[in-house]
Amino acid sequence: MEYTLINLLNGLSYGLLLFMLSAGLTLIFSMMGVINFAHASFYMLGAYFAYSISIRFGFWPALVVAPLIVGLIGAAIERYGLRTVHRHGHLAELLFTFGVAFIAVEVVQVIWGRQTLPYGVPKQLDGPLFTLYNTDFPIYRVFMMGVSLFMLLSISLMLKRTRIGLVIQAALTHPDSVEALGHNVPRLFMLVFGGGAALAGLAGVIGGAAFVTEPGMAAAVGSIIFVVVVVGGLGSLLGALLASLLIGIVQTFAVSLDYSLLSLFAKFGARLGPDAPGYIVLKISIAEVAPILPYLFLVVILIVRPRGLLGTRET
Amino acid sequence: MADIAAVRPASRMSFGGWPQLALWGCLALALIIAPQVFSSSAAVSLLSQLGTLVIFCLSYNMLLGEGGMYSFGHAAYSGLGAYFAIHAMNMAAHGKFYIPVWLIPLVGGIAGMVFGILFGYLTTRKAGTAFAMITLGVVELVHASSEMFPGFFGGEGGVETNRNYGSGFFGMTFGPQIRVYYLIVAWLLLSAIAMYALTRTPLGRIMNAVRDNAERAQFVGYDPKTVRFFILVLSAFFAGISGGLQAINMELITSESVSSLRSGDAMIFTFIGGAQAFFGPIIGVLIGGFLSFKLSDYTQAWQLYLGIFFILIVMYAPTGVSGILLSNWRVIRAGLFGRVAWRWSAVVCAGAMIALAGAVLIELSYGFVFGSEKGAVVNYVRALDKNIQGVVWGAAIVVLVGGIFLLRRLLPPFKDAWNDVSSRAHLMKSGDRA
Repeated sequence: MEYTLINLLNGLSYGLLLFMLSAGLTLIFSMMGVINFAHASFYMLGAYFAYSISIRFGFWPALVVAPLIVGLIGAAIERYGLRTVHRHGHLAELLFTFGVAFIAVEVVQVIWGRQTLPYGVPKQLDGPLFTLYNTDFPIYRVFMMGVSLFMLLSISLMLKRTRIGLVIQAALTHPDSVEALGHNVPRLFMLVFGGGAALAGLAGVIGGAAFVTEPGMAAAVGSIIFVVVVVGGLGSLLGALLASLLIGIVQTFAVSLDYSLLSLFAKFGARLGPDAPGYIVLKISIAEVAPILPYLFLVVILIVRPRGLLGTRET
Repeated sequence: MADIAAVRPASRMSFGGWPQLALWGCLALALIIAPQVFSSSAAVSLLSQLGTLVIFCLSYNMLLGEGGMYSFGHAAYSGLGAYFAIHAMNMAAHGKFYIPVWLIPLVGGIAGMVFGILFGYLTTRKAGTAFAMITLGVVELVHASSEMFPGFFGGEGGVETNRNYGSGFFGMTFGPQIRVYYLIVAWLLLSAIAMYALTRTPLGRIMNAVRDNAERAQFVGYDPKTVRFFILVLSAFFAGISGGLQAINMELITSESVSSLRSGDAMIFTFIGGAQAFFGPIIGVLIGGFLSFKLSDYTQAWQLYLGIFFILIVMYAPTGVSGILLSNWRVIRAGLFGRVAWRWSAVVCAGAMIALAGAVLIELSYGFVFGSEKGAVVNYVRALDKNIQGVVWGAAIVVLVGGIFLLRRLLPPFKDAWNDVSSRAHLMKSGDRA
C-alpha cells in the first residue's frame, strides 16, 4: 500500500510536469498547425533565465519574469522568422523550428557556459510537506502539481470563456473571415506562439529547479513531449493531460519494478538457465524496459487508435 | 497536402539531356581521382566517410524530395543495417558462414529494408507533420532499446570488427583505407544510379504525384499510403547499404548511429543541398561534411554556423544550394546574366560583409567564453595589441551593421530584377521545346 501510494504520487507529479511541458506544444499545434521542434528549447531557456534572475532577485520574481522573457523571445521568433517561412507551408515551419532548436543549444552555451548550473529548489519550498507512512513528500512536488493544474485551468478558461480565446479559435478554421471582421490574424498567431513559448518557459523555471539545468536538458525531454502530444491526440489539451499522467505514472512504477519474465516463470516453478531459448528477452526486467515504454506506447496507440486518445482529426 | 506542394514546385529541376550525362561522368571521375588529389590518409578516410554519408542522404532524399516525407528517424534504418552488417562480418570472420567483405553492404541493405517494412507499416499511414513526429518516436524507440540489448548493440563501447578477413575481392583484401574508399565509390555509383533510375520509373512518378497532391493521386487510383510505404522500404534499403559501408569503413558501430541526432544530420545536409535536384544531397554532404569534419578543427562554433546556414536556407532559399546554382545556371545560359550582374555582385558583396563580420563576432564571443583552444581567429586576435583588439570588435560591429543596412537597401530591387530575368529565361527555355 505504502509503495503504491508513494509511487502514484511521484508518477502524478512527473506526469503533471510533462503536461506543463507539452501544453504549450499542443496549444501551438492546435491553433497554428505548427509542430514546434524548438519547444524544448524554450523550456531550457526558461530554466536558464530563471537561474540568472533568481540569483539576483530570488525565485518568485523569476517565476514571473522568466516565462515573460521566453514568451517575448518566442513572439519575436514568430514575427521575424516563422512568418517569413509560413508561405512555404507547415513543413517548412517545422524545419525552421528544428533549426532554431539547433541554434538555441549553442547560444545557451555561449551565454551560460557548458557546465551544469547550480539552480535548485528555493528555500521556502525545500523540505517535506507531509509524511506518508515513513516517506517524506516534498513541498516542491506539490507546488509543481499545483502550478500545472492552475495552468490547465487558466488555459481552458481563456480559450473557452474570453473574447480573445474565441477569436483565436475562430482564426484557426476561418482566418480570412476573422481578418475581414477586423482582427489582426498574424498578430494573433504571434500571441499564440509567444504564449506557448511562455508556458514552456514556466515549465523550465519549475522543472529546471527540480531536475538539472544544463545544455542537454532540451534534448532530454525533446522527444518525450512529442510522444505525449501524439498519444494524447494532436491538438487536444485534455488528451495531452491524460497522456502525460499515463506516461508519468506508468514510467514511475516501471522504474521501480525489478521483475522479469524469468522471475515470473520461476514463480511457477520453471527455473530457466542461460541456455533456454529467448533467454536475452526473458531476463530483461521491467525496470530495464522503462526507457522505451513511452515510445512503445506511441507505437501501440498508432496501431489501435491512430488519432490518439482524445484527438479529433486523423493527421 | 497542399503544403507539401508549396514546399516543392511540381516542375522537376534537372539539367536534362547531355548535361545530365556529363554530370554523371564528372561525378564518377571526381570520385575516382579524388584520393589522388587529396592523398593523405586523413583525407582518404574523410572522403570514405563523406561517401557513406552521400548514399545516406541520397536515400533520405527519396523520402524528402521524391515523396515529400519529412522523416526524423532515417538513422534507424542505416544504423540497424550497420549493426546487422557488422555482426555478419564477425560471424563470417569466425567461419560461421561465407560472405565476402564487398557484399556486406547488401546485408545492411536487406536488414534496413526488413526494418523499413516493419516500421514503415506504422509510420507511412500518416503524412506531413504527423509522419515526422512518428518517425522521431521510432528512432527513439530503437535508440532506447540499444540499452536493453547490450549483446546486440554492444552497450557503451559498441560493436567492433575487423574488415580484413577472407580472401577479399579477387585476392584484394580490404585492409588499406584506399581500397575501402574505392569499394564505397563502387557502391555509391551503383546505388546512386539505381536511385536515379527509380525516379524515372512509373513508381517514381507516382511518388511525385502523391507528394504534390495525395488526394488527386488517390482519385486516380493510387493509394497514397501504399505508395509512401514503397518509397520508405526502398529508401530504407539504400540507407541500410550506407550503414553496411559505414561498418566496413569504421570497423566500429555504436548506438549513436541509431540516434535522432544522426537522422537530423541527414535532414539538415539534404535540405541545405536542396531536395529539388537529385544531386542536391551530394552538394549538401560536401558543405555539411566540410563544416562538421574540417571546420571543427579551426573553430568551436561550427554547429552554430551549420544551424544558421540551415535556417537561412529554410527561410530564404527553400530550394537549397543546388536550387540557387540551378537558377543562376539557367539565367547564364539564357544570356541574361549581364542584365543583373551589377546588382548581383552588390548583393553578394553585402552578404559577404555580413557573413565575415558575423563570423568574427561569433568567434570572438566563443573565445571570450570558452578560451582560445581550437579558435584560429581568436588566437590571431589575442596576439594583437589590447587597443587593436578593441578596434577589431568595433570594426566587426560596424561592418555587420553596414552590411545589413546595405542588404536591406539592395535586396528589393535585386529581387524584382532577378525574378524578371529568371522568368524570361524560363520562357525562352519552354520556347525551345515548342
